[in-house]
Amino acid sequence: MNNSLLVVILASGVAYGTPLLYAALGELLAERSGVLNLGVEGMMLGGAVMGFWTVQRVHANTGVALTAAIVVAALMGAALASIHAFLVITLRASQIVSGLALTIFAGAVGLSSYLGNDLNLADSPAAHTFNAVFPKSMQNWPIVGPIIFGQNVLVYVSWLCVVLVSLYLSRTRPGLNVRAVGESPAAADTMGISVTRYRYAHTLVGGAFAGVAGATITLAITPQWVNGITGGAGWIAIALVIFAFWRPELCLVGAYFFGSLQALAPQLQARNIHLGPTVLWTNALPYVMTIVVLVIVSSGTAKSRLGAPEALGVAYVREER
Amino acid sequence: MATDAAVPAVSMRGVTKRFPGVVANDKVDFEAAPGEVHALLGENGAGKSTLSNILTGLYQPDEGRIELYGEPVAFASPREAIDAGVGMVHQHFRLVSRFTVAENLVLGDRRGAGRYFHIDPSAIATQVRELGARYSLPVDPRARIWQLSVGEQQRVEILKALYQEARILILDEPTAVLTPDEADTLFVTVRQMAEEGRTVIFISHKLHEVMAVSDRVTVLRAGKALATVRTADATPESLTELMVGREIETATRQGRAQPEGVPVLEVEDLWADGDRGTVAVRGVTLTVHAGEIAAIAGVAGNGQRELAEAIAGLRPSTKGMVRVNGRPVHTGDAQAAFEAGIGYVPEDRLGTGLSPTLPIAMNLSLKSYRHESVGPFLRLHLMRHKAEDEIRIFEIKCAGPDQETDELSGGNLQKVVIAREFSAHPSVLIAASPTRGLDVAAVEQVHSYLMQAAEEGAAVLLISEDLDEILALNDRVLVMYEGTLTAVEDRESVSEIGLRMAGGTPG
Repeated sequence: MNNSLLVVILASGVAYGTPLLYAALGELLAERSGVLNLGVEGMMLGGAVMGFWTVQRVHANTGVALTAAIVVAALMGAALASIHAFLVITLRASQIVSGLALTIFAGAVGLSSYLGNDLNLADSPAAHTFNAVFPKSMQNWPIVGPIIFGQNVLVYVSWLCVVLVSLYLSRTRPGLNVRAVGESPAAADTMGISVTRYRYAHTLVGGAFAGVAGATITLAITPQWVNGITGGAGWIAIALVIFAFWRPELCLVGAYFFGSLQALAPQLQARNIHLGPTVLWTNALPYVMTIVVLVIVSSGTAKSRLGAPEALGVAYVREER
Repeated sequence: MATDAAVPAVSMRGVTKRFPGVVANDKVDFEAAPGEVHALLGENGAGKSTLSNILTGLYQPDEGRIELYGEPVAFASPREAIDAGVGMVHQHFRLVSRFTVAENLVLGDRRGAGRYFHIDPSAIATQVRELGARYSLPVDPRARIWQLSVGEQQRVEILKALYQEARILILDEPTAVLTPDEADTLFVTVRQMAEEGRTVIFISHKLHEVMAVSDRVTVLRAGKALATVRTADATPESLTELMVGREIETATRQGRAQPEGVPVLEVEDLWADGDRGTVAVRGVTLTVHAGEIAAIAGVAGNGQRELAEAIAGLRPSTKGMVRVNGRPVHTGDAQAAFEAGIGYVPEDRLGTGLSPTLPIAMNLSLKSYRHESVGPFLRLHLMRHKAEDEIRIFEIKCAGPDQETDELSGGNLQKVVIAREFSAHPSVLIAASPTRGLDVAAVEQVHSYLMQAAEEGAAVLLISEDLDEILALNDRVLVMYEGTLTAVEDRESVSEIGLRMAGGTPG
């Protein structure tokens, strides 16, 4: 039963969906504050390479090495996001241009590739990896075994993050403030809320999430470093935020949907089922998503109809005369 | 009633604020007593908003001292001003439109329900209802702002200030968005707040409002506080003179057109969508005759802008017909509209009306250049020459035809737009809020141009939120409410126009 196609697809869909979920949650936080960051792909690659480097270099037990790797990946993501934050919040540059530049700068032909080569990370498996936390006996339970109990700790932490982000936005004072900053910075400013501070904080936290998302790939899903290993997951994550109407709980559903799609092609192949050029369209998905994202974020009408934060992508200038 | 209490609620001494190239406030002295309604009167650009932005901590003054109830203050941020009891109702509301009324009130609140990490806006629902009942500002705390009318949104802004326990309340042009009836209700609330000992600073450039609601008036002109007088001792004439610095001759409309004139602009069952995909114009039928000024009144946002744009070819219609001189005009095609003889003075003069970084001469030729060029080449010499004429005729104050357009003041920008539209001798002229933000002198000039156009036989469609303007110029008044147009029977009846602006019908 646990070998049936559906269960296998869902189980690996949850695994493949986890980096998407982290990246989407981070992007959601930034976008809720009004900052669109198209640099997710670049920040994920930054986190992926630095997380992988950490486990290869830190000589400690698995727990410590992996924790350190996640922290380093988060810091790398936040550091890259700070470039974007400075450009678009302080210098009020175009958010679309700056985000694209960040992806190119940190991406597959940029900083992450350079670091991967310079630190000699390719061609060796990860020294420590995230493995399933529950005992084998539980993983063998029918259906829920592989899907729910066959996952690594990053998956369970991501569920916690969905709950926390959701509660943060809907029930807390800073959550209310950040929504106000994303919807109407002028209103927030008059009420004494610092638009700049909130935008910086959420863009940086968003970057940290993207960094962790990258490390999830290199430390749990395919524990190795390959140039451009994220394969466009960052773009899918940005699209996910849009399709989830900027709501964390829907990000979870969407992430697992896209994760399952990714799992589908290899599984079908392994079972000798041929449904036309399956590999082709799953591989093309990130590119399609990139186009979808760029069309939607540059069309004001599409954004407002989908319910985007009203000030998304717009720099705030306190009304000077 | 206001008295010169020993300690004024607000005292500003020698307050100066400079912006690059202008002194917005020049050694302004201002004083308001507790329990007083104090009007700040002045034309646009006189420095009223700057002064209030200093008082609310948005700007820091370059010089001068501010005291509240005898205590010197220096606000570094809006937060500090709020904490000191200064509340402001901005002309453009500062509300989060997707939030509920309660959420907007709790936002940034440090005293009430908003001071905890965990927030429950519904906890203040009762408090909002009580405040609303006490000040006749009823509003449902669970309603979302976008669901509310503009008048209701203003109530939320005032409630916000009251919820923050503001002792000094600044209202910036509060009646600009209200129907006459709503304005009267607001005045009652204002008086009540003053009777409770709060200080209300009422910013306006409308004399009759100032006369009706205030105890004292401070007149600002060109950044200077000229005088503070008791309203009881002032007359509208004396205040105008202070405000403008000279007497103003009001142009009055001579020889109203006969409604039997030739129909020039005919609009039939026109429908158009707004920017957000909602239906903004719902089946408008309208005829404007040669030599007639038809005025469309209404509170902003009832579809006036979309109607004007649909007629002027800037917005496709979803249904219906526009005809000029009997010939149908393809909507959604600005050039076709222009060729058909429609001139358009848009509401947003710098954004839609002009290309800000082009020289004045180019902007003046923006519509006519197609007929004046030689093949692909512009006849720059001719353009300059024509521009020089127009600058002279329309009294555009500028350095010359080569000056960049966005360096001009609001009134002169509007004259550039009008000059361009007039020089094409349009048979239909649509003017959308043509005098918004202009000073009194410029307003008079724009009005005389519109009357001149009508006299020369154009069909003029004036769209305005300013009732005084509508009453001064119209041959016929129509009111736009939620996308539909109704005719006003008595074109001089403020009460009928006001009633229709609120969606009612007389009788």
